[in-house]
Amino acid sequence: MKNKFQEYNKEVMEHFLKPKNSGRIENPDVVGRINNDMCGDVMEISLKIKDNKIKDIKFQTMGCAAAIASSDVLCELAKGKTLDEAKKIDREMIIKNNIKLKLIT
Amino acid sequence: MKSIYLDNAATTQVDKKVVEAMLPYFSEKYGNASSHHLKGQEAKRVLEESRSIIARSISAKDDEIIFTSSGTESNNFALKGLFFANKDNGKNHIITTKIEHDCVLNSCKWLESQGAKVSYLDVDEKGFVNPTDVENTITPETFLVSIIHGNNEIGTIQDIEAIGRICKEKGVLFHIDACQSYTKTKIHVNKQNLDLVTLNAHKIHGPKGIGALFIRKDIKIIPLFHGGGHEKNLRSGTENIPAIVGFAKAVKLAKERDINYVINLRDKFIQGILEIPNTNLNGLKEKRLCNNINVCFNNIEGEAIGGYLDAYGICSSTGSACSSNSLESSHVLKAIGKTDLQINTSIRLSLSKFNTEEEIDYVLKILNKIVEKLRRISPIK
Ligand SMILES: Cc1ncc(COP(=O)(O)O)c(C=O)c1O
Repeated sequence: MKNKFQEYNKEVMEHFLKPKNSGRIENPDVVGRINNDMCGDVMEISLKIKDNKIKDIKFQTMGCAAAIASSDVLCELAKGKTLDEAKKIDREMIIKNNIKLKLIT
Repeated sequence: MKSIYLDNAATTQVDKKVVEAMLPYFSEKYGNASSHHLKGQEAKRVLEESRSIIARSISAKDDEIIFTSSGTESNNFALKGLFFANKDNGKNHIITTKIEHDCVLNSCKWLESQGAKVSYLDVDEKGFVNPTDVENTITPETFLVSIIHGNNEIGTIQDIEAIGRICKEKGVLFHIDACQSYTKTKIHVNKQNLDLVTLNAHKIHGPKGIGALFIRKDIKIIPLFHGGGHEKNLRSGTENIPAIVGFAKAVKLAKERDINYVINLRDKFIQGILEIPNTNLNGLKEKRLCNNINVCFNNIEGEAIGGYLDAYGICSSTGSACSSNSLESSHVLKAIGKTDLQINTSIRLSLSKFNTEEEIDYVLKILNKIVEKLRRISPIK
């Protein structure tokens, strides 16, 4: 029984409370869904792709504050990138470039 | 921002009258209750008066109350002290449940490493121990049944009368952890056949770091702390007089009408939450601690709900937290058969006499908004 929101910094809370990229794209080109069996999180990403570039990207996530915040950051990082560039986004990039999240294992 | 505190099962606001009662015992009446001089005797007197107030509140005798540092210590003392007092008589079996507080579960686990045998009883889907299971689990080696009276997570109040009768009949000691139920539900050590009762102050608007253990007269128990022989040689260490005074004051201030007030708030709150689609109450509406609410919201994580509530200044608690490095999930919700997913979507809201109806109305309004938003974000519908 615990709340640990003090561990999250301002940027995480901002992405969590006011995500800019939540929702589902209408008529998406691709939809991907992934489950984290360890903590029960589910994340779904919908994409609009043009000329091999991500034109639009939105997320829907069932998860904790950190999961929702990092989903939002992922969308921010991926938007406008080519598919090859987007594939290189990993959790270190999400942490380093945007939110100072602790690594969650 | 004004905060709304809905985590009274974790701890409570110390009543200002309690603080006032404690203050003189820091810098004016600071004597050691073991000293024979004036100041010592002043402390001794208030120590015994406080003991008497707590004894009377559970219909015990004054000399059956031992002060400790906490609910945690009282539970450790009861379990370990009785194990070491009984193990040489060929009695090494403890019966407890799967929904105990960690301080009982971890004490039992440790006792297993010292040669104890422990049975952890199942509960039904609402969180209740079946007294018949207790009866059927007792063996000639059993010396103790230890049961949490009011559950800290889901608020279930166990049928201690029935379990007490069985223990008495079978000649087994009966201990209850009453940290959450004390002053909220009747405790009568004789009518309910209780041999040991764990109490603490910080759940009832008293200070933290003070607890008590009722030990029925003539029960053999080995102390955890050896030293100057305080507390009838059962718990050495200079008594924490200010905290003890605060504890007794909190007990005196606990009133029946506060319970009824909190029950009304709770029922209104539960009704309001259950009007949100796809929610359900963990535990039963009846036989429930007056201040406990635990709800499963389905398809959105409790931790995220808590995060939004926190942003509005509302303090709640979740059954699991994957934000820390370890993934802990509530053993109590697991014991009542909830899936990991359901456990992740549950939150606990616990009230006190200091909460108001306006607060509940406000939180319900916010909660509706939060749930709607998080469900929109969630891919699971
Ligand atoms: C049921 C129960 N038992 C024991 C404890 C431990 O009490 P304390 O915090 O005084 O150590 C608590 C509260 O934390 C509790 O809720």
